[in-house]
Amino acid sequence: MSNSTTTKPKGSFLANRANYLDERVGVAGILKEFGRKVFPDHWSFMLGEVALYSFVVLLISGTFLTFFFQPAMTEVVYNGVYGPLKGAEMSIAYASTLDISFEVRGGLLMRQVHHWSALMFVAAAGLHMLRVFFTGAFRKPREINWLVGFLLFVLGMAGGFTGYSLPDDLLSGNGLRIIDGMLKGVPVVGSSISSLLFDGEFPGHAIVARLYSLHIMIVPALIILLLAVHLFMVVIHKHTHYSGPGRKDTNVVGYPLMPVYVAKAGGFFFIVFGVIMLIATTFTINPVWNYGGYDPSPVSAGTQPDWYIGWLDGALRLAPSHLEFQGLGGTWSFNILIPLLVGVLFLVVVGAYPFIEKWITGDEREHHVLDRPRNAPVRTAVGAAGVTFYAVLWAGAATDLIATHFKMSLNHVLTSIQILLLVGPVFAFWVTKRIALALQRKDREIVLHGRETGRIIRMPHGEFIEVHEPLDKYEMYKLVDFKSYQPTLARPNSEGKITVAARVRASLSKFYFQDRVTPVGQVELAAAAHHEEHAPAIEAKPETKKPAAKKAAPKAAAKKTATTKKASTKAPAKKPAAKKAAPKKK
Amino acid sequence: MKKTMKNSRRSPFAAALVIAAGLIMSGGGYAFATAAVESATPVSAVSSQEQVAEGEKLFLANCASCHGKNGVGTPNGPTLIGVGAAAAEFQVDSGRMPAQASGPQMQVKPVQFTDEQIDAIAAYVGSLGVGPEIPTEEMIAANGNASKGGELFRINCAMCHNAVGAGGALTEGKFAPALVGVPADHIYEAMLTGPQNMPVFNDANLTPEEKKDIITYLKYVETNPSAGGYELAGLGPVAEGLFIWIIGFGIIIALTIWLGAKSN
Ligand code: HEC
Ligand code: HEC
Ligand code: HEM
Repeated sequence: MSNSTTTKPKGSFLANRANYLDERVGVAGILKEFGRKVFPDHWSFMLGEVALYSFVVLLISGTFLTFFFQPAMTEVVYNGVYGPLKGAEMSIAYASTLDISFEVRGGLLMRQVHHWSALMFVAAAGLHMLRVFFTGAFRKPREINWLVGFLLFVLGMAGGFTGYSLPDDLLSGNGLRIIDGMLKGVPVVGSSISSLLFDGEFPGHAIVARLYSLHIMIVPALIILLLAVHLFMVVIHKHTHYSGPGRKDTNVVGYPLMPVYVAKAGGFFFIVFGVIMLIATTFTINPVWNYGGYDPSPVSAGTQPDWYIGWLDGALRLAPSHLEFQGLGGTWSFNILIPLLVGVLFLVVVGAYPFIEKWITGDEREHHVLDRPRNAPVRTAVGAAGVTFYAVLWAGAATDLIATHFKMSLNHVLTSIQILLLVGPVFAFWVTKRIALALQRKDREIVLHGRETGRIIRMPHGEFIEVHEPLDKYEMYKLVDFKSYQPTLARPNSEGKITVAARVRASLSKFYFQDRVTPVGQVELAAAAHHEEHAPAIEAKPETKKPAAKKAAPKAAAKKTATTKKASTKAPAKKPAAKKAAPKKK
Repeated sequence: MKKTMKNSRRSPFAAALVIAAGLIMSGGGYAFATAAVESATPVSAVSSQEQVAEGEKLFLANCASCHGKNGVGTPNGPTLIGVGAAAAEFQVDSGRMPAQASGPQMQVKPVQFTDEQIDAIAAYVGSLGVGPEIPTEEMIAANGNASKGGELFRINCAMCHNAVGAGGALTEGKFAPALVGVPADHIYEAMLTGPQNMPVFNDANLTPEEKKDIITYLKYVETNPSAGGYELAGLGPVAEGLFIWIIGFGIIIALTIWLGAKSN
């Protein structure tokens, strides 16, 4: 980024260096190409940047910590400055974390910066992912990049978990104990994997050193690699943009990367850095000195992992505990296996979502204009259901705190959350879909009849009407520029058989696109405009606006696909239309 | 502590930090002072005859309905013979007794008696049978070994009360209360008598010396603010997670929206 100095007033020191570089590596060409990349402006496009900058902060603070942290589990007697632990036996790892906290200049600040930025990193990556999901930015050609981003999120969790376990305090040991238990719950291979990981029986003497190499080498290296791929693909694909006049699937509207965007981004880095520093100087995080060194016997109430592991902890807590059976030569701990499977399945669905949706729509075109969430009601609703599922699992990790803070019975809290886990996502799906469809219908009204101004006029013949103000072109464009799919039917393959996959696909397609509101087409718009011109005229017959629009609609439907099907309420009416439309596709 | 302060002196937040640190310290100092005053209330080991008589009167009026005449117990309350003066003082002085609504666990209410009355009731209950005595001031002074106390606390108490005594949930609406601000004599008596769902830690389990260490540790945690800045109620990762999502991201998103708006 500092390469922006290559713009050349001749003869200056920098210009000469730049020239030197250019003649040897062709920097100017690269920079010209890169610098002319365009990046559109919208606050939600900055979430990925927040993640990136938090990661940079993680790298810097983590490197500082490596200078002082010692990943060994040999027992020592603590003799540092922290009074309440003086004389206690503990591992070198824990002792060195205490030393970082109390004796290394700036050490505690760096630990807190590292930990707060870890929370920020994963949170930003998660929010960024939600933005991409709800705007449909994962569609062709960006499916692979979604996958890369998803892996980054998972690696973020892995980085956090391995880091959390390093200080070897009571909480981190409790966390590892849970991992150990989960591994051992896996049939057949579980206990072997556990003893491989811990080099014998838990906790062993190797785990901190092993996690250390994962934490400071493998995971960050993978993250950096994938980040490079991720950003490279953003450059290749170019950025998406929200719809607006002149914004198409074939262009990008925004500022050039160089110099406007680079300057902005540089500034933004310091803002993120500053916020993290502010938090880290003012608020304690992970006060390991309170927890004491790890010792397998004590367990503390309120033992929780960092937030990004919370949903898995929640899954474990919510699983009915009686699902453990003896037999077939072993113990089958379904109370561990089910949450494990649910977690993996959830992640797989998230990772594979773009491919699933593409399979359902069969859409082969490239998309560079983002969807407004309301314009993809079922996708948005599926997303809302997924978020709810995750959030309920997450709340499940805090059952004890909910119980004590709201003065409820722990058992009641647990049961309520279990029920919520099953009912919540369905409810969220339903509500979100309804809201999205309603918003689409509102948009239609606004496009056809303008905004309500609140000005009421009395006509000579006594009728009161409200003046509607027509939309300007920009507003209008945003409201009509989207694509509405129609359900596809199961069609026989070359052998004339309808395969199971085709049937599944057809019913998924129906699930996605049965209820829909189509965008307003040209003809319909013209008809509405025509009608609107006459409306305020004195002679115009009083006529409610709705029927007029409806009359216009069939005409439009004849030519364009812009049929006004009032979704949801009149289910039978739309069936034939959907069937007719199906063969047209593909 | 000193180090972090020095480090951030040059930052623009220094003023806020200094104020914050000042607040924490004066708050801590205040808590320390009140704790000191409270533990200074006289705890008499020997009780006079008049005291017992006075206690009996109060007992008949306030407690006998549940605990029966002479503390023999009724279906509404257990016998108090042999629970000792320590149990009575803990229960009444912490506001648990006389019990009110029955729930999963007797709740703490405002204390209903004066210190003299409580001493009298305790003396009376203590006279009913041999039981744990009220600890002397020396036994509860916070001058033991905090390091050992911390270890004992983590082994014996943290599973219910949380590693820093922030409290925790038990089953069926029962809970282990937070121990911040609990006077030293109550801590000692709670260990000695095991109120309700808490186990008894008699002098064979935890010697008086070890009890003193635990008190020392708890008082240390209570009066020494965290070196790292504000503690989020000692609740650990859940509070931290909520903080980063609500406050951390609140600030970040507000700033991104502000930046986005600037360009238009
Ligand atoms: C409404 C009925 C009720 C009243 C009034 C009442 N108690 Fe209790 N008390 C109980 C019950 C029930 C328990 C048992 C609580 C438990 O362990 O779950 C109890 C427990 C106790 C204990 C603890 C016993 C032990 O085993 O450690 C003491 C001491 C005590 N009460 C003293 C008193 C005194 C002194 C008074 C009067 C100031 C009083 N109580 C008034 C119902 C009552
Ligand atoms: C099995 C869980 C459990 C363990 C272990 C436990 N406690 Fe408790 N503790 C409780 C419960 C439940 C209460 C609330 C009792 C009541 O309200 O009558 C309590 C109450 C207390 C109180 C009174 C708090 C107040 O607000 O007045 C103190 C002090 C206390 N415990 C200290 C300790 C100490 C010190 C240890 C370790 C030596 C310990 N506890 C171990 C469950 C436990
Ligand atoms: C992938 C992103 C990363 C995440 C999510 C992450 C997260 C964490 C967390 C949560 C801790 C526990 C901190 C504590 O409270 O004590 C930790 C510790 C640590 N991290 Fe990282 N980290 C990441 C990258 C790095 C990198 C790149 C380095 C070094 C180059 C590093 C070095 C360390 C060290 C040395 C510790 C132990 C020191 C201590 O606990 O005080 N981390 N990490």
